[in-house]
Amino acid sequence: MTSKVVITGLTKSFGPVHALRAVDLEVAAGEVLALLGENGAGKSTLLKVLSGDYAADAGTIEIDGEPVVFRGSPDSKRAGIRVIAQEPEILKHLSVAENIFVGNLPVKNGLYIKSYVEQRAAEELARYGFDEVISTETMGSDLSPAQRQIVEIMRGLVASPRIVAFDEPTSSLTEHEVTALFRLIRQLRADGVAVIYVSHRMHEIFDVADRAAVLRDGQMVGARDLADTTENELVKLMVGRELSEMFSRNRVEPGKVVLQVDGLVNEYVHDVSLSVRGGEVVVIAGLIGAGRSELARTIVGDLSRTAGTVAVDGVEITARTPRASMKAGIGFAPEERKAQALLLQRSVRDNTSLAILDRLTRLLFVRTSLERKVVLEIVERMNVRTPSIEQEISKLSGGNQQKVVLGRWLARKPKVLILDEPTRGVDVGAKAEIYAVIDELASTGIGVLVISSELPEVLGLADRILVMQGGRIRGELLRADATEEAVLSLALPISESVEESHR
Amino acid sequence: MKSTVAAKDKVAVEDTQAAKGLRMLKKAFAVVGVQNVSLLSALILLVVVIGFQDPNFFRAQNLLSIGSAVTIFGLLAVVQTVVILLGALDISVGSMTGLTSVVSAMVFTSTSQASLGMLAALGAGVACGLVNGLVIIYGRVNAVIATLATLAAFKGLAQIISGGRSQGYTGTDPFFTFLGRGKVGGVPFLIILLLIVAVVVHLVLRYTSIGRNIYAIGGNPTAARLAGININRYIISVYMAVGFIGGLAGILLTARTGSGQPVSGSEGLELEAITAAALGGAALTGGKGAIPGTILAVLLLGVLSNGLTVLGVNPFLQNVAKGALLLVAVVLQQRRAGQRAVGLPA
Repeated sequence: MTSKVVITGLTKSFGPVHALRAVDLEVAAGEVLALLGENGAGKSTLLKVLSGDYAADAGTIEIDGEPVVFRGSPDSKRAGIRVIAQEPEILKHLSVAENIFVGNLPVKNGLYIKSYVEQRAAEELARYGFDEVISTETMGSDLSPAQRQIVEIMRGLVASPRIVAFDEPTSSLTEHEVTALFRLIRQLRADGVAVIYVSHRMHEIFDVADRAAVLRDGQMVGARDLADTTENELVKLMVGRELSEMFSRNRVEPGKVVLQVDGLVNEYVHDVSLSVRGGEVVVIAGLIGAGRSELARTIVGDLSRTAGTVAVDGVEITARTPRASMKAGIGFAPEERKAQALLLQRSVRDNTSLAILDRLTRLLFVRTSLERKVVLEIVERMNVRTPSIEQEISKLSGGNQQKVVLGRWLARKPKVLILDEPTRGVDVGAKAEIYAVIDELASTGIGVLVISSELPEVLGLADRILVMQGGRIRGELLRADATEEAVLSLALPISESVEESHR
Repeated sequence: MKSTVAAKDKVAVEDTQAAKGLRMLKKAFAVVGVQNVSLLSALILLVVVIGFQDPNFFRAQNLLSIGSAVTIFGLLAVVQTVVILLGALDISVGSMTGLTSVVSAMVFTSTSQASLGMLAALGAGVACGLVNGLVIIYGRVNAVIATLATLAAFKGLAQIISGGRSQGYTGTDPFFTFLGRGKVGGVPFLIILLLIVAVVVHLVLRYTSIGRNIYAIGGNPTAARLAGININRYIISVYMAVGFIGGLAGILLTARTGSGQPVSGSEGLELEAITAAALGGAALTGGKGAIPGTILAVLLLGVLSNGLTVLGVNPFLQNVAKGALLLVAVVLQQRRAGQRAVGLPA
């Protein structure tokens, strides 16, 4: 059997960030290779090089012994590679059938005939067992996240590819759809397609893959046949250290309640109440779409609400604006660092002092020497690696950017900090540093509310865990009782059968 | 052996000196900004070329007349830069100037008080700006569309109250005359006024929290809002400030031409102002740009227009030249920013 894809010495940097360092990888025809690694380990970058979206700085890709160079995604597609995106681009105003064939619509006698395209789409869906979950006439805007994912998968498959890469395809799929997907992957394997499967879910990997390769900080740290390895060994390879070393919490006796939220209601959250004490780290866990980020944005007044109150130190915040919640002592680092928190064209200094300018001015003029002093203190305390505080923030790595965002709020000395996915897209080293900062903040009496989707992080950081599902808090777990299983079982939607039995 | 070492050292020393010079040059570039350096180079080049063709260009009177000619649109370009920094646009400034010009002349005539005429013009300008701001914020209307609508409305209003005729004012007022034609130390007061406004706006943008927040809003409105900046207040205030300067421009138009002009004299000023701001390096996506660049661009456009007139170039061709200049400048900016050619640019 010839090896289908051989990647050698693949290297890719973004400014100072080494996303991939001399990565070697082989995937054989008829093999399913699981690609593992933490967020920021380089999995997505590797896939984007394969799909031709990124040009590698160094390294080669060979397909069936032939070296290939991709100058864009069309080259990669021509070579028979399909990368199934995690967050697919769906054309809202086109039907499922048109979305599946987009860029390569089937024609009959040179004409686009709607019924013909729909018939072809229906055949393809039936071939892979997705015809029950999705109709070819549905418009893109009406698709659920799972259906969007299926459309994206079908797009890849209708072209009869030789190499298919799935980027966390199951994060939005239900159990039933996952079963169909695995059937599909096995079929691809039987057809001699080389499959790369990126996922965090260990049981899936052992279920569907033959081999696992692990990336950490952009380097390939090992590959194992799944028959000869264990989940523990793979996790150790991914994290590079024992989990317990990452989360060293100095727990303090929680003080009085600093954040009290009662009965919040809007279109995303339904009657949510919670409290955070000073010195306490409360983590909100849950699946994507459970309404966690929306809850945070509602608490800080960024989303409007129809009912409910928010109080800091027992004083209700009456004005429902981010400004009012900031003045009351809430700091908020949102989920999307670049889109929601950073001024990408401005310096580290401007980004750090953004929320404290009102305290740095005399007669409206910013006191630059005071500003420098404060910013330098924060940069040092947060261990931000930057050549100077005048450096443009976009030139920093994700981890250092995130430290600046946290530092921005630290500078205000808040009573409550709300951190939405504080370690997303951050490398392992910076992650440990951010955990240490969160711990330090809590030990000084600040109440910290963290939203996290990573179970090890949830369990490692929290004093108390709130699990959200469908816009509601489904349960609360104390640290002592919390296990991954307990969190997951609260986070998963109530299954249809249960709902039916309630009717 | 020794000599090679010495030679090596010498090379090294020269290298470091050359490197030092290069570093200093780079630093100077960084302080002044590549944008400003290229604008300044273009300006000098243009002056040299025109002066070489016709030495009359260098006569003090001609140079000062350039300054006076650019004042009105220069003022509007300065405030337009601030609007663009916010990530918005105000295309109603031209008709605002026409409206306030008419108001100043008519109130002057009916009250015989020049000061009342000026106050009324400034008040009308601020009110126009307030309308723009409120429509954009509370009507949730895109800034271009909102001010496109008010451009038409303000123009119509000016034509209604003036009956569509230019409004000569009766009576004289020394300050009013001084505004239009006065000189301080041989320099037209108009130029001084433009410089004062430019310096004040520059200082506010660069050294105050107001300016920093304006850059923040334009750079990332979500981040600004979450950092506790009251974006609505900023946008409405900036539009009101634009209205104030629009009122000032209207007064100057009346003072210079000797009558209130509902349309002629102000029509198209908004486009000239936007041209200058964009040429000066303000990014229409917001958050990037500064007053020095805008002022250099205003001078460049003024010199171009005057120089081509001095050289006797067909005035219609002058417009083509201005358009070409803007295109070349923006294409160069995008090249420098490394923008790839895919779809519609931001």
